[in-house]
Amino acid sequence: MNLLKVSGSPHVHTDNSVKNIMYGVIYAMIPAMLVSVYFFGLDALRVMVLSVVACLLVEYLLQKYVVKTDVTIWDGSAIITGILLAFNVPSNLPWWIILIGAIVSIGVAKTSFGGLGKNIFNPALVGRVFLLISFPVQMTSWPVPKPIGGTALTDAVTGPTPLGIMKEGLAAGQSVQEIMPEIPNYVQNLMTGFQGGSLGEVSAIALILGAIYMLYRKIITWHTPFAYLGSVVIFSGILWLVDPTQFVDPLFHLVTGGMILGVFYMATDMVSSPMSTRGQLVFGAGAGILTILIRVFGAYPEGVSFAILIMNGFVPLIDRAFKPARFGEMVKS
Amino acid sequence: MFKTFKLGGVHPAENKLSEDKPIQVLPIPKIASIPFSQHLGAPAKVLVARGDVVKAGQLIAKGEAFISANIHSSVSGKVQKIDNIVDTSGFRRPAVVIAVDGDEWEESIDRSPELKTEITLGQKEIIQKINDMGVVGLGGATFPSHVKLMVPEGKKAEVLIINGVECEPYLTSDHRLMLEKGEEMLVGVQILKIALGVNKAIIGIENNKPDAIKHLSDLAQKHEGIEVQGLKVKYPQGAEKQLIKALINREVPSGKLPIEVGAVVNNAGTAFAVYEAVQKNKPLMERVVTLTGKSVKDPGNFMVRIGTPISELIEAAGGLPEDTGKVIGGGPMMGKALNSLEVPVVKGTSGILIMPEKESQREKVLHCIRCSKCVSVCPMGLEPYLLEKLVMFEDWDRTQSEKVMDCIECGSCHYTCPANRPLLDYIRLGKNKVGQIMRSRAGK
Repeated sequence: MNLLKVSGSPHVHTDNSVKNIMYGVIYAMIPAMLVSVYFFGLDALRVMVLSVVACLLVEYLLQKYVVKTDVTIWDGSAIITGILLAFNVPSNLPWWIILIGAIVSIGVAKTSFGGLGKNIFNPALVGRVFLLISFPVQMTSWPVPKPIGGTALTDAVTGPTPLGIMKEGLAAGQSVQEIMPEIPNYVQNLMTGFQGGSLGEVSAIALILGAIYMLYRKIITWHTPFAYLGSVVIFSGILWLVDPTQFVDPLFHLVTGGMILGVFYMATDMVSSPMSTRGQLVFGAGAGILTILIRVFGAYPEGVSFAILIMNGFVPLIDRAFKPARFGEMVKS
Repeated sequence: MFKTFKLGGVHPAENKLSEDKPIQVLPIPKIASIPFSQHLGAPAKVLVARGDVVKAGQLIAKGEAFISANIHSSVSGKVQKIDNIVDTSGFRRPAVVIAVDGDEWEESIDRSPELKTEITLGQKEIIQKINDMGVVGLGGATFPSHVKLMVPEGKKAEVLIINGVECEPYLTSDHRLMLEKGEEMLVGVQILKIALGVNKAIIGIENNKPDAIKHLSDLAQKHEGIEVQGLKVKYPQGAEKQLIKALINREVPSGKLPIEVGAVVNNAGTAFAVYEAVQKNKPLMERVVTLTGKSVKDPGNFMVRIGTPISELIEAAGGLPEDTGKVIGGGPMMGKALNSLEVPVVKGTSGILIMPEKESQREKVLHCIRCSKCVSVCPMGLEPYLLEKLVMFEDWDRTQSEKVMDCIECGSCHYTCPANRPLLDYIRLGKNKVGQIMRSRAGK
């Protein structure tokens, strides 16, 4: 008779796996991918395919020839990074800039820290911020959406984002009320995607659809997004109440500048966010405040990427300071 | 309305394959091997020698330490040897090996089937009787029952909780016992109430056993102070602290016993054993064991004499399946993998689970992706991912301060980890080391 196998309990295991989770995130991004192709045409497809292939290739080469470890490019994480990176750039970005973004994302931010699970910072965001600082011109010329079979809003090929218009206007001494007519119907346009911007920030509805799917599959929990959005509303609301001519209303902050993308797809990145629900609430709230601080008082028009990256750096401290509720400390009998 | 506990928990596939199978009496084995240590605490001291003739129900080893339990012969026959045998722990430990001859019982045991509801003994005598009859907790931890019933000075028991949860997948022995021996069990509950001096008992049963909830609720009409409460299916609801939380919404503080919040928990099977011990004078010498598994031809529930080799049990259920990979003593979440088919059934054996080869292999271990699933499922509010790392780094002080000793080893973290990390293996190691350090520091 064959020998019996012996191991410690438990002897059963959930069907859930790393691959399952990662592909779940990819499925959640499909609606947004489709909408971006609808508005930006084949350019969007080009950027996404390039970015994903570049990320997979960089990870493959590094794992095979530099780190000399098992090649795990099909675990889905590099694909997610590729899609997120593509979501964060304009659809007319040259191929070589995308490649540099992939090298920084996968090479610097992920593999050099030890690969999936070991990275401190969100790889796609590191790549994005690196490109933003290195290629400010290419990274901020946003093509105007031209729906397949439809017509663009203006004759211009590229245009600034609502956040950019707002920032420039305020800097030039205009009040919020004077700037608003320049961005008509921005809420409606941003919800559907009919607005200049990066691939992934165009359609809030498509992104929220994917977020609902991730919440349903329990890939993400409500804590981080809720705390993030809540602190954005509260903090920008206070500023707005103080002086509505200088500070724009919370709704504007919620729908612009990749807020939805950042809140649901990047702040919730498992690897670079805290472990306890208390920690996730702190993380989300901190990112929300930082986002508004950067947008309102900083040099860049948008602050989601920087805010999340800064909070990523605080995760080890948050994990240490905010422990889950231990059994026996919740109710005193 | 079904209650449950709040923090953490998982819901593994229930696989209660044998829930409709009535309890069958397994034939008496030819050889019975009865270990001295079938309970938590000190091993019992042997009273018989090679060549002695024993009867079923005869005391063969006496529990002398405060936390220990008597051991009785489950068969009649001749003591063949007293030797080290492999038991369910996987170690070789001393046992009495008896060559069976007939089935002669001690005369003091009442073998009549009729229900005896009148309780004549008082509190002290009941506890003494339970001690004499070697009754231990039958849920799996096998803590000597008489010790549990002695409420420490300064503490007061308010409520008796009967654990009919059976949250382990596959196992159905308590379920069947509740259905078939419900009347006896409720008398047992009344006896336990007298022993503790409480006038309220709650029986907690998960709602995947609606027939047991209904049956016991109906029977409880005739009893005063016994309430049956349905519970939402969630693992590990059968763990003492989680069950107390679910039923009476009190939390046992870290490192303390349930009596701290006025509760004492006993297993449904234990209540039946208490009935037999007190009313029928019958020692704990047989118990219900579920023999189950997806490839098992005929999964079922058996009344088995303690000391019966599990191979005989497997034969009764249609033999060992071709594709057997693992044989587990207990359920899939907390059971121990056995390394031999000759190990005897002991007091704590609630089931034998046979896992097919393809489910016996652990998946490849990947890096932790910090999904925080282990944190959210931990019913004790611990951080399994952190404890794993601390144990790897042998940082015992911090392992202790992160409350490794609170871990109840339910395995929810390990079960749920998408990266297949052996979290509980490391945490067990940590508990072991930290426990040693704490004991040696306390000894100074």
